[in-house]
Amino acid sequence: MNALLSDPASILVIGMLGLLGVGFYGLLAVRNLIKMVAVLQILIKAAVLALVLAGRASGQVNLGQSLAATVIVADTVVAVIGLALAVQVRRRCGTLDLKKLSQLRG
Amino acid sequence: MLDWLLVIAAILCALQVVRSPRLLSSALWLAGVSALVSILLYRLGAPEVAVIELSVGAGLVTVLFVFAFNIVGEEGQTAASLIPRPLIWGLVLLAAALLGWYTLPVASFPDRAAEPSFAVVLWEQRGLDVLVQVALIFSGVMGLTGLLGGVHQLRKDQALQETVSSLPESPPPPLSTPEYEPAIEEVQV
Repeated sequence: MNALLSDPASILVIGMLGLLGVGFYGLLAVRNLIKMVAVLQILIKAAVLALVLAGRASGQVNLGQSLAATVIVADTVVAVIGLALAVQVRRRCGTLDLKKLSQLRG
Repeated sequence: MLDWLLVIAAILCALQVVRSPRLLSSALWLAGVSALVSILLYRLGAPEVAVIELSVGAGLVTVLFVFAFNIVGEEGQTAASLIPRPLIWGLVLLAAALLGWYTLPVASFPDRAAEPSFAVVLWEQRGLDVLVQVALIFSGVMGLTGLLGGVHQLRKDQALQETVSSLPESPPPPLSTPEYEPAIEEVQV
């Protein structure tokens, strides 16, 4: 247990799991469309950390970095498109609340 | 010890992103998560991706969020979530415990062996990824165009709404009043 708590690899895996947990919690708890995009960003940061961790553990840090760079670009595009969609939804429906949006008819 | 501090601070910042009632505060906490993750990445021996994460995650994405809040206005999260909180916490803890059970304990990091540089890996070995990134950036530019178009349309809608609300509410004069009656020309036979 002591080795688990003092080894940097295990600490970072625990951190990655914590970020994933908070991201999952946010996806289930949040009702605002823009905040949901922010929560997705947390999940993607956990994925980036996991990729670099895997690269470091397998002795291929630069491969992990290359994949992480691709994920960061995709993450930014997801944020841009998500925010653009949220702005359009706000303009057309007048709200960002997921419950109200799911009750819209016609 | 420093690793523990950074990890705990990152998780607390992430929790604040979810719990903060104001959207602007959420964006700032998210920038904090990005900064802390980039320090962790640097300490892992990945300085290139740490710089990218810091500049893109803490810089560009935060600016985008603040821009979006500026457009749509501050609509905080006041209502309760759709799923009961204890059920959410139970599901999240179950998922994290299962993942931890499969991944922990992790073997210590091996010593860094000689490997190709980041530039060689990115441009030569992962060339297809670079093409995908170019396509993604193109999609991002299209998305940004949509965002800016949304701003323009939203401002036009708001201006129209203000004009309509500033108009007097008196009904239009009836058509039978003398001033609206058409002049009848007398026909001389």
